[in-house]
Amino acid sequence: MKMSSCRHSGFQKLFLILTFFMLLGIPAVAAEPEAESTESKIDISGMIFGHIGDSYEWHFTNIGDTPIAIPLPVILYSKERGEWFTFSSSKVEEEDYQGFYIAEEGDYAGKIVERNASGEEVRPVDISLTKNAVALILNCIILTCIILSCARWYKGKEASTDSPKGFIGLMEMMISMVYNDIVKANIPVHVQRYAPYLLTAFFFIFLNNLIGLIPGSANITGNIAVTCVLAFCTFLMVNLFGNKEYWKEIFWADVPGPLKPIMAVIEFIGLFTKPVALAIRLFANIMAGHAAMLALFGVIFITSSMGALLGGVMTPLSLFFCIFLNLLELLVAFIQAYVFTMLSAVFIGLSQPSHHHAE
Amino acid sequence: MSLLIPDSGLLFWMIISFGVVFVILAKFGWPIITNMVDERKKYIDDSILKAKEANEKLAQIQEESNMLLKQAQEQQSKILAEAMEMRNQIVEKAKTEATVAGQKLLAEAKQQIESEKEDAIRDIRRQVGILSVEIAEKVLRQNLKNDNEQMAMVNRMLDEIMK
Repeated sequence: MKMSSCRHSGFQKLFLILTFFMLLGIPAVAAEPEAESTESKIDISGMIFGHIGDSYEWHFTNIGDTPIAIPLPVILYSKERGEWFTFSSSKVEEEDYQGFYIAEEGDYAGKIVERNASGEEVRPVDISLTKNAVALILNCIILTCIILSCARWYKGKEASTDSPKGFIGLMEMMISMVYNDIVKANIPVHVQRYAPYLLTAFFFIFLNNLIGLIPGSANITGNIAVTCVLAFCTFLMVNLFGNKEYWKEIFWADVPGPLKPIMAVIEFIGLFTKPVALAIRLFANIMAGHAAMLALFGVIFITSSMGALLGGVMTPLSLFFCIFLNLLELLVAFIQAYVFTMLSAVFIGLSQPSHHHAE
Repeated sequence: MSLLIPDSGLLFWMIISFGVVFVILAKFGWPIITNMVDERKKYIDDSILKAKEANEKLAQIQEESNMLLKQAQEQQSKILAEAMEMRNQIVEKAKTEATVAGQKLLAEAKQQIESEKEDAIRDIRRQVGILSVEIAEKVLRQNLKNDNEQMAMVNRMLDEIMK
């Protein structure tokens, strides 16, 4: 039920975006040949992807023509030259620096590249602290601080003391919600083994979703790399501790003889599609939410550039939709964290079938 | 689309930061909180159970005390009834004893009266005997003033003996 409704909301969002892109596409396509002549044309898709994607500096806004941005460290290992390079991103923003520059187009558009001996563009090993990486680390620190400060309250307290109030009480409520309704409800055995991972995943996603909604912050859970790692963790949790019956159900399912190999193939593929679906679902939902909101903001600028009257009519309308969408995203922030954790718990629960369960 | 291709640098940072957060929280965060939540839940359940038991016990005690009261009342009435019976018995016994004693006394008195009557009658008889002998003597002395008569008398007496 929940899964389908989430997919549904995901589709709705995608639909919204598509319609907006279609709407935007007309002026954008029309504008493309003119782009060279009028530089003030607004590059909406560039703006959207700039906000959704990653960058080497943390760009907030432009005041006039001066960008307000925090330069971040770039960390590279050049295979060509066989050494490490560390420098500030402000050095490559405008021009080459020690042979490195940000590719304008091609496979590595937007990434730092260098040229090898034969003059081809190659990417060095790039573990730069990009905007997303820095935001990710900051959010991880915030999450750790929150949970550890909660845990500190409990240390040395008796079970008979009153339940906590205020913020810790709120956290306890949410932790027990995840712990009881998601973890314990879906996993019949070894709850203590899985609870820390599922709790971490839930609060990690929830916190990153919420912080991602703050203007100027990074879009972390809407990044495929992040969701891939999370889904891979779930994959590990499911398959590392899956018991005998779980593997038997995959490779020697309880179906009539000729169907057994077919089922084995299907189940084996299912092993991988489950985490992939997890990763894509979270990524697409959050990314789509951000894109939809940005597109709605873009409407303000496009219509304003088209004329004062159109802009005056559309601005309040799109502002209304923006507020609505922002509130919806608050809900989605929770729902996606819940769905990811819930599905992970369900998959883990399925990897621990028991005789009782099978009956 | 570059959006769909995970960037290796971010993957690296994500694995490290998520891994560190997971390890720290799994060690110092979640177990403390979840244990506490579990413990408190158990404590509350226990408390409810205890309260239930205490209520049951209280009800039991009340019932017991009611029963005790009832028993005491029953015993009281029983004792009272017994006492009444005993009193009646004692009175009855006393009465019968009294009547028996009275009858005995009466009987003794009667016997005594009887024996005294017999004594008196015997006495009277003896007195009458003595008196009659004396009277006979006096009569005899009157009659035997002459010898003839005395002789006749002796003869008669002898005859009588001889017969």
